[in-house]
Amino acid sequence: MARVPVQFRLNGEDRAEFVESGTTLLHALRDTMGDISPKGGCHQGTCGACSVIVDGELRLSCLTLAESCEGAAIETTAGLGRDGVLYPVQRAILDGFATQCGFCTPGMVMAAKALLDHTPNPTREDVIEAISGNICRCTGYEPIINAVLAAARSNSQNAG
Amino acid sequence: MSLALTTFPSAKEVSAALKQGGARYLGGGTLVVRAVNEGDIATSAYVRTNDPAMSGIDVSDGRVRIGASVTMAAIARCEDLGMIRPAAKAVGGPAIRNMATVGGNLFAAAPYGDFAVALLALDATVHCAGGDMDIDGFLASRDDLTERGIVIAVSFKIPEAGSFRFLKVSRVKPKGVSVLSLAAVIDTGANGNVSAARIALGCMADRPMRAVSAEKALSGAKLTKDGITEAVSVIGSGTEPLTDAIASAWYRSEVLPVHFGRLLLD
Ligand SMILES: Cc1cc2nc3c(=O)[nH]c(=O)nc-3n(C[C@H](O)[C@H](O)[C@H](O)COP(=O)(O)OP(=O)(O)OC[C@H]3O[C@@H](n4cnc5c(N)ncnc54)[C@H](O)[C@@H]3O)c2cc1C
Ligand code: FES
Ligand code: FES
Repeated sequence: MARVPVQFRLNGEDRAEFVESGTTLLHALRDTMGDISPKGGCHQGTCGACSVIVDGELRLSCLTLAESCEGAAIETTAGLGRDGVLYPVQRAILDGFATQCGFCTPGMVMAAKALLDHTPNPTREDVIEAISGNICRCTGYEPIINAVLAAARSNSQNAG
Repeated sequence: MSLALTTFPSAKEVSAALKQGGARYLGGGTLVVRAVNEGDIATSAYVRTNDPAMSGIDVSDGRVRIGASVTMAAIARCEDLGMIRPAAKAVGGPAIRNMATVGGNLFAAAPYGDFAVALLALDATVHCAGGDMDIDGFLASRDDLTERGIVIAVSFKIPEAGSFRFLKVSRVKPKGVSVLSLAAVIDTGANGNVSAARIALGCMADRPMRAVSAEKALSGAKLTKDGITEAVSVIGSGTEPLTDAIASAWYRSEVLPVHFGRLLLD
């Protein structure tokens, strides 16, 4: 299979890679670029475990071709929580016991980040809507929703 | 295994490339890439175009033109398209809406195609590389791209305020797949009676369909519980509803009249 050059910014760092033409972003990130934070669950767009943010928008990396991200800014959970300080949603998920096996957690965190980046003070309905494409099969959704709301509150307290 | 992707500069060139067979046009990829991930062997390569005619929303002279590559999220954000926002927001969860295009939705087999149901009620024109088609004709022959080429855009006349109605029925909120979806443009005269109605149904066949009998029955009727009785009684005429993991054909037939009544009266 032909390999094609792709350049994008991954978590703030310029990357120039050769990927197989037609390969998914999920595959490129995990198998070529060493970022294993997006998880491959269903590869059908239904579980949301592979969610990443591309140019500010939440996307499913299992259904996105790596080549279509040429020149884009990609954010994954691996880029959050630098220097030992967790991103507020990550902190709130730990504090609120909102993770069990953890498989859905990176996708949930990115869905929550996409929401909070645009809507810093979301309602409960906003949070439910924002994570509606993400399946969690063990924690249940209530602790996750509460964690996202708690993170939003802590963000606005810090800002204020 | 991945399939090679080739990008063409224009809709005409990518349409020509599709005549070779095996290659599949890639819109947002939510159905195409999913099928390949699932082992679809009918697809041997992806093709796409970055033709600027396929992106962008244009509202002028009472008509809307939406490029085929425009996503559901972009439509939902567009200030000028507030009246069809519910149909765009009905498609999947947030990530799907950021990827799912208008062009792709026209080809989505039931139980998908919620936005196409709205376009059918709106009497949209489908602009293809090989010429324009009305949406009824387009949907009837949508599986054959060879003659008319890819979809470049859709356009429709902006309906009178309050005349467009849309309802998606699903069991899981907020992003469940459709049990069925309904869209209608209903105009009323000065006396309050229906002067014209176009009604479209999703999941009641393999693709969006018109409810012609109900449209006729509604003509001249009042939008009251009594006035709509006949239209409600014939809404299921000619339908061949789907049986799938979401609902059985029987269930869809049973609940269609109930939701149609709500669409008209709520
Ligand atoms: C988890 C999940 C949930 C979903 N939920 C919904 C839902 O609630 N409602 C709904 O309606 N749909 C839903 N879908 C289906 C799908 O996301 C949408 O129908 C979407 O609009 C398809 O657009 P796309 O651009 O992603 O299509 P693609 O996957 O890129 O293409 C779909 C088909 O259309 C063809 N095509 C695409 N663009 C063009 C064009 N311009 N010209 C000619 N052919 C073209 C492709 O070759 C392919 O055959 C869902 C999908 C997933 C994976
Ligand atoms: S792996 Fe992408 S949505 Fe499940
Ligand atoms: S914590 Fe296990 S799937 Fe969500």
